[in-house]
Amino acid sequence: MKKTIVPIGPYHPLQEEPEFFTLTVEGEKITDIDVAVGYNHRGIEKLSEEKTFDQVPFVVERICGICSTSHPLAYVRAVEDIIPVTVPPRAQFIRTIIAEGERIHSHLLWLGLAGHFLGYNTVYMWAWKLREEILDAMEILSGNRNNYAMFKPGGVRRNIKKEDIPPVIKKIDSIISTLTMLKKAVVDDPVLHARTKGVGILKKEDAISYSALGPTARASGIRRDVRKDSPYEAYDKVEWQIITMQSGDVFDKLVVRVLEIFESIKIIKYCLQNLPDTEIDLNLEDIPPGEGIGHIEAPRGECFHYVRSDGTNRPIRHKVRAPTFMNLPTYKSTIVGQTISDATIILAAIDPCYCCTERIAVLNKKGKRIYSGEGLVRLSQEKTEKIRGQLQ
Amino acid sequence: MNREQIVKELKDLFKEDIVDFFDKSEKRIYIEVKPESMLKVATHIFKTLKARFNIASGIDTRLDIEILYHFTVEDINLLISLRVKLPKKKSIEIDSLTPIMKGADWVEREIHELLGVKFTGHPNLKRLLLPDEWPKDSYPLRRDYKEWDKGAIRDRGV
Amino acid sequence: MGIKLKALLKSPWVFHLSTGSCNNCDIEILDCLTPRFDIERFGMVLVGSIRHADVLLVTGSANRKCIPKIKKLYEQAPKPCLVVAIGECALSRGMFINSYNCPVPVDKIIPVDVYIPGCPPKPEAIIAGIVKLIGKIKK
Repeated sequence: MKKTIVPIGPYHPLQEEPEFFTLTVEGEKITDIDVAVGYNHRGIEKLSEEKTFDQVPFVVERICGICSTSHPLAYVRAVEDIIPVTVPPRAQFIRTIIAEGERIHSHLLWLGLAGHFLGYNTVYMWAWKLREEILDAMEILSGNRNNYAMFKPGGVRRNIKKEDIPPVIKKIDSIISTLTMLKKAVVDDPVLHARTKGVGILKKEDAISYSALGPTARASGIRRDVRKDSPYEAYDKVEWQIITMQSGDVFDKLVVRVLEIFESIKIIKYCLQNLPDTEIDLNLEDIPPGEGIGHIEAPRGECFHYVRSDGTNRPIRHKVRAPTFMNLPTYKSTIVGQTISDATIILAAIDPCYCCTERIAVLNKKGKRIYSGEGLVRLSQEKTEKIRGQLQ
Repeated sequence: MNREQIVKELKDLFKEDIVDFFDKSEKRIYIEVKPESMLKVATHIFKTLKARFNIASGIDTRLDIEILYHFTVEDINLLISLRVKLPKKKSIEIDSLTPIMKGADWVEREIHELLGVKFTGHPNLKRLLLPDEWPKDSYPLRRDYKEWDKGAIRDRGV
Repeated sequence: MGIKLKALLKSPWVFHLSTGSCNNCDIEILDCLTPRFDIERFGMVLVGSIRHADVLLVTGSANRKCIPKIKKLYEQAPKPCLVVAIGECALSRGMFINSYNCPVPVDKIIPVDVYIPGCPPKPEAIIAGIVKLIGKIKK
């Protein structure tokens, strides 16, 4: 059959970031994919060599707006690994609360976008409405909706006031009932099953070979979570479970994320109710020469920072590895053999975050089939409609 | 296998290849190996010890280019970092790890364009992040990097 | 005020262009569409193609790979096209001013009508910015 190349990108109406995919299709089947990144490269690793150890958290916070807690947390842990020191218990608990709050809002954001790609705008609106409650709770705790600026090497910048705890718990409790309803609506929906089950399967061997991380790996049956494997902050003091699924398709990735939200709610509530009463900052002064590694579980997988110090007040090298950097190449094994109308949801399934690593509108090229970005999403939404019609 | 067994096995198996063995803490090991035997050691850690490849990071230390390969052995919570020091010559070369683990593909392309290290055996060593108009011999993460673009504006105009 | 500008005041359709931002501004733009803020009430719709748009929302500190794309998209936009720069990065590149991959701010590449500062600006600020834009055209 004749081969057609469908270029997607770099600007797409829904995914927020620019990225360029080249899909090779035969009829409706995708036979190859190539990804071009670099539309988001800002040279942060170089920039952070010009900043002092205390200033770098503000730079790494702006690597990604959704993971604006994971990167500073991994960085401060890397700096603390150079010395090495352990932060006071209250600081550990505050760090855990902020990190889990971010996980909830990130997973809800993905759930909404995934719903939209499948033509379920109701899911999109509901998920994002719930997300607002979490952002409000974070605003009470940290003073900002995103970019919380809570971490510094040796502790946290802000304390949690006693009178702030009840309203935050109330906000978090308020989303549980709606979230349970949303979970049932999403997980038990026959149309959604038809659209996501058996689609974009990532096999266990492939996940290991690509070193896939986070929910992407956990949906393929790999029990890996940095929070359990290498417990940091307060995660070993709280009771919670790793969520794993077996088949590795889009549906499993969805279920893993939804169930993880409930675990995160459990962790936040426990931490808020059992905040130890200690100092929150070690007031570190000099960082000795040496090298340190900080790795933590971000919403999308393991976030890895390597910092080297030469005894001055600036890092001489700071390497950032975001989870999407390892997850993105798995497209090669998930998307090949699938149909073009499933492409959007498979591409979205790993929860890609390109600004961490470094969209879909089809450019007009001579002799090539043209889909607009909207067209591609519409194609996906039409398929859902068709399945819905058949099921009724 | 526990931590002591892994350390002992690595020390025995690669006696000639290891230049320096630094036991930093309970969770961290830094091993410096000769550039030519890096592929051998990395394959052993990835295949036999079933470690997960985290990332590679390159550093320009003025004297030479250092590349660190980080691996995690998840069951015992141990981070092994393999260090290779490449002398700064005209062309800096090292064996690619991509044929063994697909996860190393992108990071090798990144180090190639940002630090100018050539990975021999890499199937697709082209640019990943930088634009096409970027000059050929300018590597932004090198110490001697100088701004080449005359049109760049670096003040806020206030 | 031309008749074309007057026509687009009733319901400005917006296209969102990320030029290497950290995603925060982009998420806040999408937030404006969701139930709490819901700017669709006022006829503002986020459209999928620049050819349908009246207003271009630019976020991010234009990096080298994006600059040709920004120019191309601005050329494709039907005129008159209004440009809104959202977030500190799009205004002056913020802390990325010394980055080797971000040579010039957005307003040196395409003309910008309204600047909305903040890192990230809250959805309220974005809505206020668009209201100011409409006020500016009416004058």
